[in-house]
Amino acid sequence: MDIDLIITSLPKLLSASLITLKLLLISLIIGMFLGLFFAICRMSKNIFIKQFAYGYSYIFRGTPLLVQIFIIYFGLAQLEWLKNSFLWIILKDPYWCAIIAFSLNSGAYTSEILRSAFQTIKPGMIEAGKSLGISNKIIFYKIQIPIAIRQSLPAYGNEMILMMKGTSLASTVTLMDITGVAQKIISTTFKPIEVFIIAGSIYLFMTFCINNLIKLLEKKYNF
Amino acid sequence: MELLAFGKTGWGDELFYATLMTIAVSITAMLIGFLFALIFTPLKLSKYKFLNIFGNFYTTLIRGVPELLVIYLLFFGGSGAVMYVASIFGYFEYIEINAFLIGSLAIGIISGAYSTEVFRGAIKSIDKGQFEAAKVLGLSKFTRFYKIIFPQMLRFAIPNLSNVWQITLKDTSLISVTGLVEIMRQSRIASAFTRDPLFFYSIAGLIFLILTFLSMKLINKFEAKYMNKF
Repeated sequence: MDIDLIITSLPKLLSASLITLKLLLISLIIGMFLGLFFAICRMSKNIFIKQFAYGYSYIFRGTPLLVQIFIIYFGLAQLEWLKNSFLWIILKDPYWCAIIAFSLNSGAYTSEILRSAFQTIKPGMIEAGKSLGISNKIIFYKIQIPIAIRQSLPAYGNEMILMMKGTSLASTVTLMDITGVAQKIISTTFKPIEVFIIAGSIYLFMTFCINNLIKLLEKKYNF
Repeated sequence: MELLAFGKTGWGDELFYATLMTIAVSITAMLIGFLFALIFTPLKLSKYKFLNIFGNFYTTLIRGVPELLVIYLLFFGGSGAVMYVASIFGYFEYIEINAFLIGSLAIGIISGAYSTEVFRGAIKSIDKGQFEAAKVLGLSKFTRFYKIIFPQMLRFAIPNLSNVWQITLKDTSLISVTGLVEIMRQSRIASAFTRDPLFFYSIAGLIFLILTFLSMKLINKFEAKYMNKF
């Protein structure tokens, strides 16, 4: 066991964890909105919108995240018209490519979570709203969505942890997140165990925080 | 389409073999995962606190740490560990471990953590009376588990195990970083050669979609058949 290596690489890995956190937060927020949007699409009566939302979640849940990142980072660079458009400013940056991939992926999983939450809402709640003379729109925004979010909290906590683990793939497109830095230290020092212990503990600490956050939210929004 | 032709002109046969490699790694990893689950599920369900800690450590660690990190640990640490063991027996040459073995082991350890959770949940959801009834009937410990607990556990476990299979299948794409030529690695080679990454990575995605779709169909069929027995 090389204690010196642990001490010297700890600050490097800690500063890399900022990138991991940024990637995670931004993609979770965008993914949340995407998920809500596609979950609503899934409940639409229009068969095309419904099928589109289904196809989106099927494709992004059925393929590895690595494939999605590579298509966005390496694949899209090949399209000439995209290179000439204003979108290229975003797409040439691995950071934003990673965020796009993570957001789309997280959106697919979140839409499934929210959809099943919407389905478990008791019809009595909606009927109660209707009999009170509340309009359909307000029933949706003020009754269905809050209940669905509360119901999906435990599953969403899992999704947050999965996404946190997913951000490690950013290291494959040259980003220096925790895993990227860890891999670099391992390949220069050939001491994988020491590095794994530190990097692993940082990740575990983040998992621990997410778990507690979800527990806290569950308690707060209990009914 | 020319790019996908079989033979020397296209990448069809290469991708086909890469797909077979992915399937082989996934199945091996899944079996290794069962082996781990077989060890750690009893630990997690044990009466002794000490053993519980062991079991919980494994599942929490693996489910909280990125797969890529576990793969790096085994890939860089694996041959070192084997060489250390060999040096005890007086063998000091460099030993390189097969990428297939290391990859399957890494994915297997990850899949094992999920399988452990599935089996634990399945055993927990069996009615307590079943255990007691089996005991009262005077069945031996082995028969009790093999004839009564195990079949019921399987019924609860199979739907969740199909999820574990999907995760395992998708995780195999990560061992491309170790150089094992599976779907992702082959697409990377092909796209570097032809400068057409969009096409080859899309094909890779499509192959994964087909694999998940087909395995889902197969599992559903198996499930329908098996469930009828109860």
